[in-house]
Amino acid sequence: MVNQNQISKLKRVSEVLISIFSRPSGMIGFSIVILHIIIAIISPLIVPYDYKEINSLIMLRPPSEEFIFGTDQLGRDVFTRTLMGGRVALLVTFFGTLIAVAWGGFVGIFCGLVGGKIDDIVMRIIDAFLAIPWILAMLLIVVILGTSTQVLIPALGFFYGKGIVRVARAATHDVIARDFIMAAKARGHSNFSIIWNELLPNVRDAIMVEGAMRWSWMLLAFSSLSFLGFGVSPPTPDWGLMISEGRGLMSFAYWSVIAPIVALSSLIIGINLSADAFAKALGIDRTQKAPV
Amino acid sequence: MSDKIQTIENLSIGFKSQNGREVSILKDISTHINKGETVGIVGESGSGKSTLALAMMGYTKQGLYTISGQCLFKSNNLLNMTDRDLEKIRGKEIAMIPQNAGQSLTPNLKIGYQIEETLKLHSTINTNDRQLKITELLHKVRLPSPNIIAQRYPHELSGGQQQRVAIAMALAGSPELLLLDEPTTGLDVTTQAHVLELLNEIAKDTDTSMVYVSHDLGAIAQVSDRVIVMYAGEIVLDGDVRDVLSVPIHPYAHGLLNSIPKLSLPGLPEAMPGTPPQLEKNIKGCSFFERCDFATDKCKNSKPELFIPMNKKMKVRCFWHNKLSEKQRKPKYDSNSAHKTKNLDEVLKLDKISITYSKQSIIDQLLNRFSEKNITVKDIEIEINKGETIALVGESGSGKSTILKSIAGLLSTKNGSINFKKTISLSSDVRNRTNSQLRAIQLIFQNPDESLNPSHTVEEILSQPLKLYFQLSGDKLKENIIDLLKKVRLTENYLYRFPRQLSGGEKQRIAVARAFAAKPDIILCDEVTSALDVSVQAAVLKLLQDLKNDMGTTYIFVSHDLAVVRAISDKVAVLYQGRLCEFGPSSEVYKFPSHPYTEVLLGAVLEPNPDLKPVLTAEDRVEESPPEIGCSFQSRCPRVLGEKCFTETPPWQFSKKGNAIRCHIKIENLFKQQTSKN
Repeated sequence: MVNQNQISKLKRVSEVLISIFSRPSGMIGFSIVILHIIIAIISPLIVPYDYKEINSLIMLRPPSEEFIFGTDQLGRDVFTRTLMGGRVALLVTFFGTLIAVAWGGFVGIFCGLVGGKIDDIVMRIIDAFLAIPWILAMLLIVVILGTSTQVLIPALGFFYGKGIVRVARAATHDVIARDFIMAAKARGHSNFSIIWNELLPNVRDAIMVEGAMRWSWMLLAFSSLSFLGFGVSPPTPDWGLMISEGRGLMSFAYWSVIAPIVALSSLIIGINLSADAFAKALGIDRTQKAPV
Repeated sequence: MSDKIQTIENLSIGFKSQNGREVSILKDISTHINKGETVGIVGESGSGKSTLALAMMGYTKQGLYTISGQCLFKSNNLLNMTDRDLEKIRGKEIAMIPQNAGQSLTPNLKIGYQIEETLKLHSTINTNDRQLKITELLHKVRLPSPNIIAQRYPHELSGGQQQRVAIAMALAGSPELLLLDEPTTGLDVTTQAHVLELLNEIAKDTDTSMVYVSHDLGAIAQVSDRVIVMYAGEIVLDGDVRDVLSVPIHPYAHGLLNSIPKLSLPGLPEAMPGTPPQLEKNIKGCSFFERCDFATDKCKNSKPELFIPMNKKMKVRCFWHNKLSEKQRKPKYDSNSAHKTKNLDEVLKLDKISITYSKQSIIDQLLNRFSEKNITVKDIEIEINKGETIALVGESGSGKSTILKSIAGLLSTKNGSINFKKTISLSSDVRNRTNSQLRAIQLIFQNPDESLNPSHTVEEILSQPLKLYFQLSGDKLKENIIDLLKKVRLTENYLYRFPRQLSGGEKQRIAVARAFAAKPDIILCDEVTSALDVSVQAAVLKLLQDLKNDMGTTYIFVSHDLAVVRAISDKVAVLYQGRLCEFGPSSEVYKFPSHPYTEVLLGAVLEPNPDLKPVLTAEDRVEESPPEIGCSFQSRCPRVLGEKCFTETPPWQFSKKGNAIRCHIKIENLFKQQTSKN
């Protein structure tokens, strides 16, 4: 019988998925994101050249049959580096987003539930953090603790969880005012049971959508850090780093930056489109309701 | 004919469904509105009545479009006109009064300014005369001191006053056609009666045509000359209000009328079986076929036309209308007198309960003093016996839901105690109650959309109380859940559905089942039927009554609808501003002598009979907080004695038949005054 219930739930999930893919934005967005993920996973197996082999004889070659995206100032194949350039970024931002959703969701729900003075204090602290320019704070952290992924993941996760706190808190406020929470209270369920069974399933959607949005922002932030030289250290290929390295030569060797720019932008657009379609499929976007 | 102000011809409106099929909401509607006529459009939710009213203004909701037909206003097809042309007509020649005036008035602009805006657009009055006109308009809608009202913001007015302002704005352009979309739904009964009276007067004075859309046949009966009954996007009956309401010759209209609880007829109304057909479904025959008692194969296979039968003055869409006109409209009412006077075990006693929402000042807290100010509910004393249904009645702000919440332990009381089964004193905080105390009292909420968790299946919803109170699991749990579903007349098929896959009535049944899962002694019903359509309401009331007879449960039933209360309750407590006014057996409360407030309430109840007009004795005014001394009803009471009413708390008086009235007027005098007048 439990299975039956799960079937109902799975049906709901499949309904949401169908709804996502029946929208052009969802179809395109998800295709882009999935393609990026697949490439990131299998790129070491399919790339034609070694990403770090420096060859001064073939510096800054324009796109040709041999090097379809050309080569950079150190004679490395841009195609190879572009295919592999998303690996670190995706890894760091994916886990960063998980951390952001976890702590942001937890604190947001907690604040929404307890309310009162504790809520006030926590929210003011969050506001204060929001006021600090993130890039300044990130630079500080990176300078002190180094640029390893073990530092970047929690640091980015922490900074991008603040927005999730607000969303989670608002969603919690929305849900706890509804009668089914009151009904559970009147039945005498424990607080834990109310939060787990009644509240979480109903704030989950909003938090997930917000998390997806944050992912794309975090990706941009991570690439910016790399661009500034505080993210991935060479010779590891990374889009931000590649753009930074090729920037000075853009006027005569445009090919060294075009590919990473397109790759980065397409991933961000893909994530945004997917998050959008996701929100609409879940019915969080209220303007898009069916006419009847 | 030249006196037709609006003609609708073969109008169909619909939308494209996700799989690209055309789904119509209105199906081939043809009708007309005469000059100076008030037409009531009645139907349940989803019948297309609002869509029709909007189409009369040349508007279709987003996502909808006109499939065929036209809507002629003075020989112009509104549905073909450009927005610019429509702007000239809307507000000036056709005006609309929305359901919720509080939301349709701009909150940051003064009333006078908002009316002036309409005047600027739709009249040629010059600036100097506009102020005069505003005063005149506000006066016309019977607002006291129009000049002061014009200087106020919308939130400073009561719901009834806001609705009046909306009417004044609609009248500003001197329209020829007024569309009213449920204009009194959501207002208190007395306010509603006043607004309807005003509309009647306006119709008489200005010779404006009106289209009154409502689900409430009582309201329709008061204002309309003609009634159109809609079902599943079609007109099924169209005729003079008296003819339609006295001999409804369409089975749907017949059933609808029977499912309304009436003050004049105690007992439960008759429920209509089934639900309206789904929009997407293609129906070959009559759309009411599935729910009709008279249906034959002919009805299934061919669609009846709207026609005027011989010797009749109304149009009807039914093959068997003759059967209905022969059938005496004498509904067979279930008598609920059978279960009276059983064992009178006291199950719950509210002993001088007072509740306040406002925080106490620090000084009061330090001195452990109870501030007399801002008490929402004061000194409520009610004894409830096992197996009784007690109704708490009152208008909004009377504290009826507040009392219910504190019985459930969701709101702590400041004074007094709640005694359960004589010996157990219930804590007013749910966390301090034992498991068995919690189990004994269950709640059913007003709106099942809100009270059922949207991400749980029916099975999960029903398993919660069973797991919590009886620690059931596995097959035992499932057995119990199916048993519960059967009790509320649903089948096993519902187990794995989500609330959004159920109709309103089905959802409320699940909510009822959840309450009964705990095998409670007392069930608190908070306006359980007011979010439902009348035919569904009748079915839910019947279900509650049946379950009570089977299980001997006690209900505490909160409602603003006196007719519903009359149908289901054994005892009634009338509340005003958190103070008890009258308490007694329901058969007595609904008879004189009554507390003056009960009298006002009863007078304002609308019956679906155009010849029974409401009696309006008290002013419709909203009081912000109850008076600190004297009688709570002092400022609105039509029978004020004098100084005494304002300074002394009235005493309880008991009539011979057992109802208690809290009034300074001697009970005999009250009876004399109330009966002699009529």
